[in-house]
Amino acid sequence: MLITIQVNNKKIRAEKGETILSALYSNGIVIPTLCRMRDFTPTGACRMCVVEIEGRDRLVTACSQPVEEWMKIWTHSPRVINARKTIVELLLSNHPDDCLYCDRNLNCELQRLSEELNVRERRIRGKKIKFRLDQSSPAIVRELSKCILCGRCVRICEEIITSTSLDFINKGRQTHVGAALDRDFNFSSCIHCGQCVLVCPTGALHEKHNITEVQEYLNKSGITKVIQYSPLVPAGLAEALGVKYNKEFDKIVNAILRKIGFDKVFTTGTGTDICIKELTDQLSERIKNRGVTPLIISACPAWVKFAEQFLPSLIPQLSTLKSPQQITGVLIKTLVAGQAGLKPEQIFSVSVTPCMAMKFEARREGMMRKGISDVDSVLTVRELARLIRLYGIDVANIGYEPADEPMEGRSSAAALADVSGGLTEGIIRSLYFMKVNKDADKQVFKKLRSVNSFREATIKIGEIEVKTAVVDGLAGLEKLESSLASGIKYDLVEVMTCPGGCVHGAGMPFLKSGDEIKNRIKLVYQADETEAINLPCKSPVLLNLYEKYLAANKEIADRKIFYTHFEKRNVLL
Amino acid sequence: MEDLKKFLVDKVLIFESDTLLPETEKRLQQIRREKISNSVIYLSSGTSSIIAGSEKTFMAIRAYLDDNGHDTDLVRVGCSGPANFEPFLCIQLIGKNKLYFRNITEEKVEPLLNGIFHNDINEDDLVGQKGTRGFEMWPGIPFLEELPFFSKQKRIVLENCGCYDPENINEYIALGGYRAYVKAIRHYTFEEVCTIVEKSGLRGRSGGGYLTGLKWKQALNTGSSARYLICNAKESDPGAFTDRTILESDPHRLVEGIAIASYAIGASSALIFLRSGSEHARIRIQKAIDNAREYGLLGHNIFLSGYNLDIEIRKESGAFVCGEETALISSLEGKRGMPKLKPPYPTTAGLFGKPTVINNVETLMNVPLIMQNGPDWFRSLGTENSPGTKVFAITGKSRMKGVVEVEMGTEIKTILEDIAEGIKEGKKFKAIQLGGASGSFITGDNINITVDFDVMKEKNIGMGAGGFVIVDENTCMVDLVRYYMEFMRNGSCGKCIPCREGTGRMLEILDGVIRKPANDDSGTTLERFKGVMQLENIALVMKDTSLCGLGQTAPNPFISALKNFREEFEEHIFDRKCRANICRGLRTFSIDVDKCTGCTACASKCPVNAIYGTRLQPFFIVEEKCTGCGICFDICKFSAITVK
Amino acid sequence: MSTDIESILKKYKPGRREYLIPMLQEIQDDLGYLSEEAIVKVGSFVGLSTTKIYGLATFYDQFRFVPSGKVQIKICHGTSCFLNGSQSVIDKIKEETGIMPGQTTRDGIFSYEIVTCMGGCNNGPLICINGEYYTGVKAEQLPDLIKKLRFIIEND
Ligand SMILES: Cc1cc2nc3c(=O)[nH]c(=O)nc-3n(C[C@H](O)[C@H](O)[C@H](O)COP(=O)(O)O)c2cc1C
Ligand code: SF4
Ligand code: SF4
Ligand code: SF4
Ligand code: SF4
Ligand code: SF4
Ligand code: SF4
Ligand code: SF4
Ligand code: SF4
Ligand code: FES
Ligand code: FES
Ligand code: FES
Repeated sequence: MLITIQVNNKKIRAEKGETILSALYSNGIVIPTLCRMRDFTPTGACRMCVVEIEGRDRLVTACSQPVEEWMKIWTHSPRVINARKTIVELLLSNHPDDCLYCDRNLNCELQRLSEELNVRERRIRGKKIKFRLDQSSPAIVRELSKCILCGRCVRICEEIITSTSLDFINKGRQTHVGAALDRDFNFSSCIHCGQCVLVCPTGALHEKHNITEVQEYLNKSGITKVIQYSPLVPAGLAEALGVKYNKEFDKIVNAILRKIGFDKVFTTGTGTDICIKELTDQLSERIKNRGVTPLIISACPAWVKFAEQFLPSLIPQLSTLKSPQQITGVLIKTLVAGQAGLKPEQIFSVSVTPCMAMKFEARREGMMRKGISDVDSVLTVRELARLIRLYGIDVANIGYEPADEPMEGRSSAAALADVSGGLTEGIIRSLYFMKVNKDADKQVFKKLRSVNSFREATIKIGEIEVKTAVVDGLAGLEKLESSLASGIKYDLVEVMTCPGGCVHGAGMPFLKSGDEIKNRIKLVYQADETEAINLPCKSPVLLNLYEKYLAANKEIADRKIFYTHFEKRNVLL
Repeated sequence: MEDLKKFLVDKVLIFESDTLLPETEKRLQQIRREKISNSVIYLSSGTSSIIAGSEKTFMAIRAYLDDNGHDTDLVRVGCSGPANFEPFLCIQLIGKNKLYFRNITEEKVEPLLNGIFHNDINEDDLVGQKGTRGFEMWPGIPFLEELPFFSKQKRIVLENCGCYDPENINEYIALGGYRAYVKAIRHYTFEEVCTIVEKSGLRGRSGGGYLTGLKWKQALNTGSSARYLICNAKESDPGAFTDRTILESDPHRLVEGIAIASYAIGASSALIFLRSGSEHARIRIQKAIDNAREYGLLGHNIFLSGYNLDIEIRKESGAFVCGEETALISSLEGKRGMPKLKPPYPTTAGLFGKPTVINNVETLMNVPLIMQNGPDWFRSLGTENSPGTKVFAITGKSRMKGVVEVEMGTEIKTILEDIAEGIKEGKKFKAIQLGGASGSFITGDNINITVDFDVMKEKNIGMGAGGFVIVDENTCMVDLVRYYMEFMRNGSCGKCIPCREGTGRMLEILDGVIRKPANDDSGTTLERFKGVMQLENIALVMKDTSLCGLGQTAPNPFISALKNFREEFEEHIFDRKCRANICRGLRTFSIDVDKCTGCTACASKCPVNAIYGTRLQPFFIVEEKCTGCGICFDICKFSAITVK
Repeated sequence: MSTDIESILKKYKPGRREYLIPMLQEIQDDLGYLSEEAIVKVGSFVGLSTTKIYGLATFYDQFRFVPSGKVQIKICHGTSCFLNGSQSVIDKIKEETGIMPGQTTRDGIFSYEIVTCMGGCNNGPLICINGEYYTGVKAEQLPDLIKKLRFIIEND
């Protein structure tokens, strides 16, 4: 039901029951927020969104207050602006003033607010808070002195990721955000998904940078520098650099990476294709021989760590296949090394991904062979963008180059894997093609493409029926567990930690409006519609790889090297 | 024992007529000790009594009575109010009025009792006698109720305090207790009880002054399946002790009040959220609950009324903010006690999401009386919009201190000058701080203000929960404001920015004002002055934007002090002077070269090594380094060090 | 030690968050502090992550995470005691023990905490040492008192 309210002396229409903030936004009136998170119940912690309502003694938070008929609201009265400005000044009064050295410089909500509210003088002085810097985690750095205690990280970790690795510790001025027993992060149950980093408005949480290390190796002679990038990286990079994306941009990325100094440029998509093929074979095998079901996909390293910690009973069903990044990495250190006549340690292998957990994955014990890792350094899309600026590369005028053999291309199914449900779709499509020898009808996958955190679909492939489930964001695990407990038998289960899949990965550019994700998904689906090679088994790159190289290389022929093992992990839960 | 219980239940509690049988009355008189066959000694036994040594006194009396073979009963009773009379003792000889003696520490026991039993009354410690019908009065001894401390009070909430043994349910029932409750559950509907209390005009005594009956009705009318009643006995304001005194002195009245309130909102489960560290109170209230259960007053299908109720005590665990309703609820749910946004209010979605009524101890103490005497009786007390009385805990620099109760409408001046008997040691009165760390100051200018929710609100003075702190000229207002701000900063939950950062910054700025300017920028007079300019702005924004009552009221003492004592702030900043001589950080020390013998004593003790010199030559103090701690001043045997 | 924690937990129903604080209080009453083991155990008993239990416990002043000293001092810093000079008592105790409130001296002898109003306002400043009250305390008395207490403990 529509009602009328008055804002800044103008009448506007608002939906009964909605918050003042939402009414303002739909009428083009912008007020700042700090603690608010879309689709979460408001907590009212930051008080940035205060407005003045006639007849109320105090200012009221717009993010929580429902509209009432004929409410008279002032959103930018002197009293309101002074309150907001003072709040920001209070935050700045004990802030480390570290912008120039800060990960979030020019990209920080606090910085932006202080600019918008015209903070131009230090009126309030405070004792600077000194908290320790926690760099113990392979993926995430915590700089607690920059934390403004908005609580967004705590909520996302608890309510969406369900890992509950963060909480407020202590009270009052000593409050800070920390892990179990206030230990360093590497002791904690954090699964490195990085969703907390994505929602953090300041530089208090950010990824562990690997740029310097990459730079160092780029300057070293006698080392072959190899880089792989995930199918989503070019689109993410275009977003970060503010250019429009189309498929040709992938070729620009190749050129950029070579310009930066990489000797070889591969696409992780080839690894994804291998991943799809291997999983298709496994699934087909398990269905035929009535093996252990369901087959649970292990491509998301954050999910794997989660299962090792919280759901060890699922480990036997978990596929032991490595992730596309690690499969590509293995091929780099074996096949590519062999071709070039190099020892693995003579190759520096870098990966660019939309994912933060991959930084952790590359360091996992099972991902090393003889003490040498397959992927030496992992960069996020944001880091790559920074590297490009650092090397002064003129993206607009660089030209197009192909990636390097033997991992120079991918199917569109591999790109699809960046959207939740996409990997399942690729596997089922492959299985369909394998059994029926034609493409499955797109309609079949409609259920897998919805947006719920738990989705199920039963797909008929010739004689057989394959029952699949997709967990989209770990909050959906609860439903999976109860379905499993009630005896439902799935053949294939996909779990992606980030809601929406890797398109929402923590290595992607920070979200400004929240519409970016929709756009990324659109690009992925568009590619799938337009590209001719829509399955791994149709990809000449993959076929060439399997037929020509894998069979010939003793080290890889049995493909055992694509597999690893997972086991129960003891951490402070 | 079993027989007495049966008698009290059958002949008193569920007795169908309002007037009891004459033989019942007779037996009750004995229980109330209106008829005694032995002399009785009553000894106060609250926490403040114990701290003053009452337990030792008790042992000494016990030993005395045993040694001398006296047939005298010795009873621990609650607290009757005057804290500076502790240990407060009362002797009732057969047929004679009760006599009250103050400060009876163990060594005074023997002379006192020796005298009394030989009709030789020690006048030094004698406070007065209490008249009781049918007893012989002591000639020439003043009546307790005529002393200004008592005569200006109107004790209804506290009427039983100090009059019975709080661990004895029989005495409470003999005093008329639990009858209102039994009547309510047997003869009234939920709605009717709410209406009676609403009609009485009772307003929440924690300071807000919200209509209690209305709050109950809101919870009752939610149509939920379960509801909760919570008695807020958190009382964590620094220097408040009314709730604790009540809990220790009259636990049964509170249990009865909780029971009636629970019934009124249809709750079958009530919780007492008790301040930690009140072990004495906890034991007494737990015993009261257990005894009430034994007598069938709590439990299942109480006196066949179909009503079930249990009361549980939950100890809080040390967080000031947990006195706030939503934080209190979070804490009871096993979460961090951080306040939540309202709406929804607890009366719609409180504990475990169910409608919950939270009431203050004093509020609930009024309830049995209202049920017993009717709403009109209650309205006849106090003022039009603030009926009833208000309990205060008087502390600070007055002559009399303790827990007192006055009728609403009483002038603050009366409390100060008559009840508290003014300022001690002939010092000058400076201000009264009402309502603890979030309250404001009442000065000589508005001392005529009356105790009344609306009158005080109009003057921007919060009634508070009952703190009544009296300060004299020897108190530095800046220092006092700093103290309250430190309390609030430590109490802030840290959830919202204005309160978390605001309390911190305000404290730091105030710290700067009471310290000697250090040698960096932040200590210059200009910076200190700018700081105070900012204080006003921060204070206003905190009031305007903080999430909960803590942050909204934390700046009150500062705002009020700045309004009333601005010149004291200015003296500190510009003249580096503290007129009360409290802010030691502002003092300047120097050494008188003529007197200094160069003994080195001061230099070796100065914690910041600010004193230099050569042995046997005059020493000197480096002003920039000196923090004004005063150690050197105390140490110099030759009075060579001077203070300015 | 660990059996103590378990026997305390046994009194409660598992998975009931609302009894979290009473459980922790009881464990602390028993152990004198909340050990890491206790926090982890309570977490799995209630079905919450250790992070949450620790986050909760650190919110409340009452809980401590190191064993308390043999001599436990409570210093009243309520308004009345403040007006009578409790600040200098606190400063002195800080100076004499060299620790902050909530901490324990290295030798395990002293720990102290600051409380508000213990109910003996008329006789402030008030301190309470192992349950025994000391009224009208003056900062100057403390060095001797601390020395005496240390002597008693060390020769016990
Ligand atoms: C920071 C803060 C502390 C409070 N502390 C107490 C307290 O110690 N005792 C109390 O009864 N009410 C306290 N209150 C008020 C309660 O939240 C609540 O309003 C009250 O218990 C309602 O009781 P009443 O309606 O009977 O007055 C506090 C409020 C705030 C904001
Ligand atoms: S968090 Fe923001 S405001 Fe703080 S130092 Fe970094 S960029 Fe600057
Ligand atoms: S913005 Fe100002 S402070 Fe920052 S680098 Fe530029 S000139 Fe320096
Ligand atoms: S990275 Fe993920 S699991 Fe780790 S703390 Fe952040 S949100 Fe939680
Ligand atoms: S770390 Fe970031 S997201 Fe978390 S509370 Fe601090 S500022 Fe907010
Ligand atoms: S969903 Fe993708 S981006 Fe997110 S953690 Fe898993 S692999 Fe990384
Ligand atoms: S006002 Fe203070 S106590 Fe209340 S929620 Fe905000 S920070 Fe917490
Ligand atoms: S203690 Fe007194 S006499 Fe001795 S050196 Fe110091 S000022 Fe001089
Ligand atoms: S007052 Fe204190 S700091 Fe200053 S000189 Fe004397 S001992 Fe040193
Ligand atoms: S956005 Fe409304 S309080 Fe933070
Ligand atoms: S016991 Fe009498 S004043 Fe407290
Ligand atoms: S203020 Fe110290 S006992 Fe009350």
